[in-house]
Amino acid sequence: MRRPGLAVLCAACAFAAPPTVIRNATILTVTKGTIPNGSILIRDGKIAAVGTGIEAPAGATVIDASGQYVMPGIIDCHSHIAAESINEGSVSVSSMVGIEDVLNPESIEIYRALAGGVTTANILHGSANSIGGKCVVIKLRWGKDAKRLLFEGATPGIKFALGENPKRAGSPSPSPLLVGRPLRYPATRMGVEDVIREAFLEAKEYQALWREYRDKIARGENAIPPRRDLKLEPLVEVLEGKRFVHAHCYRADEILMLLNVADEFGFKIRTLQHALEGYKVAKEIAAHGAGASTFSDWWSYKMEAFDAIPYNAAIMMRKGVLVSLNSDSAELMRRLNTEAAKTMKYGGLSETEALSLITINPAKQLAIDSRVGSIEAGKDADLTIYDKHPLSNYAKVQKVLIDGEVYFDRDRALSEQLQKEAEKQRLLEKEKRQRPQAGARRPS
Amino acid sequence: MKLSIFAGFCAALALASEPSAIAIHNARVFTGDGAALDQATVVIREGLIEAVGRNVAAPPDAWVIEGAGLTVYPGLIDGLSTWGVQQNAPSGPAPHARGPEDRPWTTTWISAADLVQPSDRRIEQFRSAGFTSAVVFPTRGIFAGQGSVINLAGDKPGQMVVASRVGQYVSLMSGSFASFPGSLMGVIAYIRQLELDAEHYRLVKTAYEKNPRGMQRPEYDRALDGLLASPRLLLPANRAVEIKRMIAFGAELKQPFVLYGMVEAYRAASELKAAGIPVLVNLRWPERARDADPEQVESYRVLEARDKAPSSPAALANAGVRFAFYSGGIERPRDLMRAVKRAIDAGLPYDAAVRALTLSPAEIYGVSDRLGSIDKGKIANLIVVKGNLFEDGAEVKYIIVDGVKYEPVPEPPQPAPAERLPTGGEDR
Repeated sequence: MRRPGLAVLCAACAFAAPPTVIRNATILTVTKGTIPNGSILIRDGKIAAVGTGIEAPAGATVIDASGQYVMPGIIDCHSHIAAESINEGSVSVSSMVGIEDVLNPESIEIYRALAGGVTTANILHGSANSIGGKCVVIKLRWGKDAKRLLFEGATPGIKFALGENPKRAGSPSPSPLLVGRPLRYPATRMGVEDVIREAFLEAKEYQALWREYRDKIARGENAIPPRRDLKLEPLVEVLEGKRFVHAHCYRADEILMLLNVADEFGFKIRTLQHALEGYKVAKEIAAHGAGASTFSDWWSYKMEAFDAIPYNAAIMMRKGVLVSLNSDSAELMRRLNTEAAKTMKYGGLSETEALSLITINPAKQLAIDSRVGSIEAGKDADLTIYDKHPLSNYAKVQKVLIDGEVYFDRDRALSEQLQKEAEKQRLLEKEKRQRPQAGARRPS
Repeated sequence: MKLSIFAGFCAALALASEPSAIAIHNARVFTGDGAALDQATVVIREGLIEAVGRNVAAPPDAWVIEGAGLTVYPGLIDGLSTWGVQQNAPSGPAPHARGPEDRPWTTTWISAADLVQPSDRRIEQFRSAGFTSAVVFPTRGIFAGQGSVINLAGDKPGQMVVASRVGQYVSLMSGSFASFPGSLMGVIAYIRQLELDAEHYRLVKTAYEKNPRGMQRPEYDRALDGLLASPRLLLPANRAVEIKRMIAFGAELKQPFVLYGMVEAYRAASELKAAGIPVLVNLRWPERARDADPEQVESYRVLEARDKAPSSPAALANAGVRFAFYSGGIERPRDLMRAVKRAIDAGLPYDAAVRALTLSPAEIYGVSDRLGSIDKGKIANLIVVKGNLFEDGAEVKYIIVDGVKYEPVPEPPQPAPAERLPTGGEDR
């Protein structure tokens, strides 16, 4: 009820903002080549023009990026930042829960990821369950409230997980409360498959129940609606293609299992997350139409992550899989540009291909590529400006724009830091003065 | 003061031989709804306020309290309390719930009115400080149960209850991996599902009662019955992020709701005003834990919240948000009054502070037709005070609850065992 009003208001303020021009930059568009000494005109939060010889309109804010590089804002397809809970691990199927309910727009991780050039992230539920909770795609609009973090119109997701995490191998009794209680089902990879099958059988029944009800209503009959089941509703959305499945997986065998189950039930796996053995079954992944979002060279942290190679991303890409690199970590998230660079050494990807792993490819995986992922006229002005080529270890983020608005500015951040430190110190001193001194002795 | 000598014997005796009427004469009367009346008289008869005003004469049969130099206020109300209530659910490990259908930590059907213990020492202690009523709740669980408005005097629980069902206490407590819900988003999903189930239950039950023939009977579910009988939900929210989250979440629910906590309301008051949500402010202002690691440096946000939390009531008052105060487990009456004083020192007008402990809680819980102000026909709960409330020098002379006069007992040296309110939303 309040939303349309708000939208009108935001549209109005966007219109009121003067245009921005970034000029004298090396523009890495990712999809349309590299433009040396180019300019980007931004109007109403969108890229209005890209190229050389663009004049700054009267009243425009000018960002001089001489000697600097502009690339599309980085997109992280697997992150857990900005959420106040990650796992609902008590049940085998936790699709009733959702990250959207617990977004924390004040999490400092957002700002730090922003400082690493990231503008969009897929915030996933954890991997504790065969079928996990609902996920959301956010833009890192630091300073805005939770509603404004949401990437408008992005298809919502759901997390699945295969292998050691959902079957709980190697983690005996994570809680003293579990002692003397049966461990949660499943305990094997077979069980994981079974949980997924059972859940979708249930979802199909539920879907039929609602169809029956809607048919009755359409025929003008009297009927009581079925009970709404928040666990099954997202699974029906998966069956109907309205919700993307992002499946945590490692081994080739479990990847094939999941693709088969999905084919059998008639739904798609949108992305395989991690997929460290994806290189072994790349053709099958491509045939299903799944994307893969993997690490550059992070492995061997558990048994199922041993048979990994740094060529994974490149091999899958060459076999026709849509590949992205993700962080799965608030820390790694701040330097995804150098993660992408590693694929040039391991797999021989070109600069543009390497950049695509953290820009246009994850955008395609999340079906937001009409809005973000490359620097093209008409797309959102989500841009990261580096002082050096972003695939260099020496590159530092200078500015990050989302919807044409500057959300991170290195110079400003450094100068504000001192001021914030001082303010914090003031609060600490004040509290110390007010606190009764425990055990303090009176002078005698 | 012949009266005080008489009343000094003991409360029970006093009860047995109460006069037919009491008049407080020639006092400053803070009616609670509008300006204070100088040199006014309040007449109390049979537990109710019979008359109040400047031109009211003391009836001939009334005991008269000479009120010169004294101020009469409506009795104070603790907006969310556990005084006088024996807590319900057993503590200890949670049941092993496998999903919402197991109704984890849910006792919606319990009413605080059925748990009242007149012998609780806190009743007399806080009454002596000027509290004549409290909105008491069972507080253990996600859906802990129904709150009740009680008067803080009486020998039998039944006499004390003013309203038995005024709201359902909801906390965002969660367990571990062992039992559903094991996370914040799990609790939120559970609350949402229970609300949906209750709506569906109502639908099916209504249809069945209309025409049971040929229809399978709905399964009896006391959790849903209890929820449907709740006139409002109390949801916890302390940080600004939580306040905004709960405003959005509450809007999804079918029932009206009230938010409690409000540490960072100083930076979410306009959102609360826009949403039109009344709130309950915890007077237990956040403090650095006594056993905190001295080396630990907290975030700016936490430091700021501790500094500014007492300014939340002023911010709410400025924004025009309806709010009431609650004791939040503060153990000593004096500390409770000092906590109110801190809010006043941080900019809250004195009148607004009084209102947040009188008429506002009565309005929020829908009992302002009987409590909260000194008004003809309302329950005779009032206090006679020398000096300004909340000041260390203030002296509560008499307390009148349900028309019965009490005198304050001195504060005991040992604090009474207090019940802290587990909300699950207070982790910072």
